[in-house]
Amino acid sequence: MPSMTTRKTTWRAPSVLPGFGLTFGFSLAWLSLIVLIPLSMLFIKSAGMGWQAFVDVGFSERALTAYRLSFGTALAAAFVNAVFGLLVAWVLVRYAFPGKRVISALVDLPFALPTAVAGIALTALYAPSGWVGQYLDPLGIKVAFTPIGITVALVFIGLPFVVRSVEPVLADLGKDVEEAAATLGAGRAQTFARVIFPAILPALFTGFALAFARGVGEYGSVIFISGNMPGKTEIAPLLIVTQLEQYNYDGATAIAMVMMLVSFAVLFTLNAVQSIRRRRLGA
Amino acid sequence: MIRVENITKRFGNYPALHGIDLEIQAGEFIALLGPSGSGKTTLLRIIAGLEFQDEGHVHFNGEDVSDIPVGKRNVGFVFQQYALFRHMTVADNIAFGLTVRKARNRPPKAEIKARAQELLRVVQLEGLGDRYPGQLSGGQRQRVALARALAIEPSLLLLDEPFGALDAKVRKDLRRWLRDLHKQMGLTSIFVTHDQEEALELADRVVVMDHGRIDQIGTPEQVYMEPATAFVSHFVGETNRLPDGRHIRPHDIEIVAEGRDRVMVDNVFRKGGSWRVEGRLHETGTIVEIDIDSHDTPPAVGETVAIAAKRARIFSAAEQR
Repeated sequence: MPSMTTRKTTWRAPSVLPGFGLTFGFSLAWLSLIVLIPLSMLFIKSAGMGWQAFVDVGFSERALTAYRLSFGTALAAAFVNAVFGLLVAWVLVRYAFPGKRVISALVDLPFALPTAVAGIALTALYAPSGWVGQYLDPLGIKVAFTPIGITVALVFIGLPFVVRSVEPVLADLGKDVEEAAATLGAGRAQTFARVIFPAILPALFTGFALAFARGVGEYGSVIFISGNMPGKTEIAPLLIVTQLEQYNYDGATAIAMVMMLVSFAVLFTLNAVQSIRRRRLGA
Repeated sequence: MIRVENITKRFGNYPALHGIDLEIQAGEFIALLGPSGSGKTTLLRIIAGLEFQDEGHVHFNGEDVSDIPVGKRNVGFVFQQYALFRHMTVADNIAFGLTVRKARNRPPKAEIKARAQELLRVVQLEGLGDRYPGQLSGGQRQRVALARALAIEPSLLLLDEPFGALDAKVRKDLRRWLRDLHKQMGLTSIFVTHDQEEALELADRVVVMDHGRIDQIGTPEQVYMEPATAFVSHFVGETNRLPDGRHIRPHDIEIVAEGRDRVMVDNVFRKGGSWRVEGRLHETGTIVEIDIDSHDTPPAVGETVAIAAKRARIFSAAEQR
């Protein structure tokens, strides 16, 4: 006899894991409280100021320069971190050496250190009279108070994101895959380029995206080393603070709005690329 | 011809292999059979060049390859978990060994592609070349791993627990298929297994290992019928050990009208083509398993019967380990 029960049509796939409704509700409430409601305030606030006023502040010459600087330096820093973060993760995972735990703890320091402290320390190092700066200055390389300085600060801030994203994947990568490559006659370089690197690429991608996102929003460490010259080394978050200090809340909101939309677009694209990759691998 | 000479290997303080000697003729299909920790996988990896021995030598066709790295030994190795490259298509996995060759030894692209297609056909995966390993079943992945190993035309094929991760039915089909492939392609193969049935069914010769030593090398017939040690007798097939030191296979016991050894029957069930009778020796309580022809009437549970051995084996002290 055919079963008479008809399944309630729902938009979620049936699952044996209980509590979907409850946990989903909590997640949504939490996400709303912490992320969505504050962000929607941005929308509401900027919607109230009118299109023309929004464009005038949000896309002013000064603001555009700041966006270019913020996104450009964050991108450059994320690239640098992708390369050297991978190297650090590689060393931490693949080799045993004395002091490994100390080094591993050091990697996380940029997470914990107040960013202003990092900024002041870096400025002291890279200023033309600083420890490192005094050798670079005669070569005509100026770090502090230039976009290079901003990038240096963002590299410092973003490093742990790449290291901590790549590390577990690298550790999890089976030894047998490398051995398989070796039995098939691949050399070390070939094994890395064709077997190991593609396997950790998604994690590296994630670390890159996180470092980039952090760099775009970074404020504390940058304001000391950048010099904050409007139109030259003024980053977008600083421009927002400047607007706030002048009680121009609408202006600050407009700039924040533009930054948020661009950041969201970038992160969404990165995630989309990732999920396409994952689906292709059938995992 | 492969010759392994006095191979000894330690991992720290743990002795993995003690003075292993082994000779394998071209075209043979050899099983390294033993429980976990017997050193069988270590021996396979040393032959491959994935692990290096502390003492001893490995010769391939008279040439000492003891210090030659794995990539230059031209061996095909199939890993237990297949170790496929997940980010590459099946065809790219198979072609890998050819594409990493130095330019002067590397076949042209079209030829590599043709070879990969040919191997896909050999392992019966035609049309799946564009899939990724994640999209295949366990048995299909296993065959991809095999095709990848065969692509480099290895002089020796090594397989580490090749059927370990597969379910019973797939395992059986693959076994038969692998044996045919071995014959067809004229391979020399060594595989590691802890499954005696697998070893007896597939191999030309079985190498039974325990605690880093070889207990016996012989044909499946020899290993089963004339076990060299008590360990082999118990590991390959089932054996009852009676208190008086006799080792008797369940099918070598018969139920008789009168006898010295009396068994209390605990359980009777059908096992394949015969009855399996489980009981305990009357005097000592030693568990005894007896196989009776399925046409005969088995004793009833609770009954006490007398048994006699049609064939028994006694091992010397040296053979007891």
